Amino acid sequence: MKEPWSGPIQKVNDYCYEIPQSYKSGMRVPGRIYANEILLKDIFRDYAPEQVANAAFLPGIVKHSLAMPDIHWGYGFCIGGVAATDPEDGGVITPGGVGFDINCGVRLIRTNLKQGEIRDKIEGLINTLAQEVPAGLGSKSEMKISHEELRKVIVEGSGWAVRRGYGVERDLEFTEERGAIRGANPDKISQRAYERGRAQVGTLGSGNHFCEVQVIDEVYEPKIAEVFNLFKGQITVMIHTGSRGFGYQVCDDYLKMMLPYFDKEKLPDRQLVCAPLNSKEGKNYFAAMCCAANYAWANRQSLMHLVRKGFEKFFGKKWQDLGMDLIYDVAHNIAKFEKHIVDGEEKTLCVHRKGATRAFPPGHPDVPLRYKRVGQPVIIPGDMGRCSFLLVGTEKAAETFYSTCHGAGRVMSRTAAIKSINAKALSQELRSKGIIVRTAGRETLAEEAPQAYKDVADVVDVVAGAGISKKVCRMKPLGVVKG
Amino acid sequence: MRRETEKVRERYEVIEHTADIGIRAFGGDLKELFVNSAQGMFAIIADLDKVEVKKSLKIECKAESAEELLVSWLGELLYHFNVDEILGKEFTIVKLDNNYLEGEIGGDKFDSTKHSLKNEIKGVTYHNLKIEKKDDLWQVEVIFDV
Repeated sequence: MKEPWSGPIQKVNDYCYEIPQSYKSGMRVPGRIYANEILLKDIFRDYAPEQVANAAFLPGIVKHSLAMPDIHWGYGFCIGGVAATDPEDGGVITPGGVGFDINCGVRLIRTNLKQGEIRDKIEGLINTLAQEVPAGLGSKSEMKISHEELRKVIVEGSGWAVRRGYGVERDLEFTEERGAIRGANPDKISQRAYERGRAQVGTLGSGNHFCEVQVIDEVYEPKIAEVFNLFKGQITVMIHTGSRGFGYQVCDDYLKMMLPYFDKEKLPDRQLVCAPLNSKEGKNYFAAMCCAANYAWANRQSLMHLVRKGFEKFFGKKWQDLGMDLIYDVAHNIAKFEKHIVDGEEKTLCVHRKGATRAFPPGHPDVPLRYKRVGQPVIIPGDMGRCSFLLVGTEKAAETFYSTCHGAGRVMSRTAAIKSINAKALSQELRSKGIIVRTAGRETLAEEAPQAYKDVADVVDVVAGAGISKKVCRMKPLGVVKG
Repeated sequence: MRRETEKVRERYEVIEHTADIGIRAFGGDLKELFVNSAQGMFAIIADLDKVEVKKSLKIECKAESAEELLVSWLGELLYHFNVDEILGKEFTIVKLDNNYLEGEIGGDKFDSTKHSLKNEIKGVTYHNLKIEKKDDLWQVEVIFDV
């Protein structure tokens, strides 16, 4: 990984570059990376294009092995990778194209609060949220869930949480898949995954997961923002987490189950081990992955409940009176069956998005009625020092199977960040910029420092420039609770 | 990593990986390689200085190859850390061939008042995994999803 990647690359347009299929003899389709010239330099240094080429080996892959501009070196797939496979053409499903944190995702919550109203209260609010939201490695949930109850969680997803009183029916309407993807089968889950999942519903976890209080500081599309009931100067809350140990165990279990089928003549990396979508193994993994995805939705729904409770406690008002409605919730590590037009023909494909977000255009049947005219909201978290974005899907994104970026993408390894960044100085620097950070882990702050990430604004400019999403507004962090 | 003397061979090193963390482990034989890989993994998870060996646990794994066996072994240790909260400090491999491993882990139950955790490892990956022997020294790189 010392030398920058030096494989062949052809410019398609200012925002898209192609790795020809001829680069490696097993590639079934070309690779395509959405980036500009500046981002491309970091991308080459990181060697991630090799993983874009590797994913092009997957049987049944359609059109291109894609990478979004937040692409960085992962394992198996790159982070930011998108691959659609056709079940009618021997298409496969691979746990490596989803990742360990199945349905890691983001949700955005609005409030009626304006920045001016809470300017001096951020620290107190963040302290309250840090008390309410279990965060960090080894943190446990206050909810005690039995094995039988957990079987319901992984089928019903967000709906389970709502029925338990953690939210309202309306929240489901504004969650991808209404917070419960169809196809979950609790019988396909190992005892170990159940054990790991019991104590973690309603926990944030650690690493890059967070709960952030933000202010909208820029609105690019006022008419679309109005549809979402968003305006400049407004306080929002973002939650980023996934399926916790339950999802990690599902990934681990099924990687192991598929390994005997690994053929090193046909696939360049063992982490890309896969099974045909129509095989027993492929179907079982999909059913288990759906369970983990639903676990993640139940988790984010439960966390939103804790955040609403935290706001109620701090402001002494009901969350409904604070206007804390869910704007939307998106998954960015998942594989899903979706209908797409391929060369003029409608096909049902399995779209893997690993560190990529679904971005359906206006009018798509899966966009909530209220947002139908403007398209599906896409939530792009940035690092804790800069900003995050709200985008919407576009018709042009048909070329990426309606997929777009998912975040900033790292440029510095965690070890390098810990070595080079002084956590105390960083905390003071953030505070001087008006950002209060509470971290549970000792090394989290340095690891997650803004300079360890690409500027998310550069990433978003590429997807906007390429036309595969449209910028709606930008949010600046005010306070962050991290694991 | 602490070394007894300059001459003592490195047991493992942490390697750079943009999004995740990896280790490169070394061993005079496969058993030692497996032990050192486990040491490297727990050094990423926690500060092991304050962990005393109070509990032990037997581990058994089966797999198709030495590489898969290594991932299984590390996966088992990770599982016991996540479910039983056992922080591993000392590792012994009793039996090892290409398909079967019998080992033991010694450590302590995690106690937030005594121990400090550093990173959550989500999983052990098979990414570019290859156990190799170079100049009588076994080595392997393992990437963890964190």
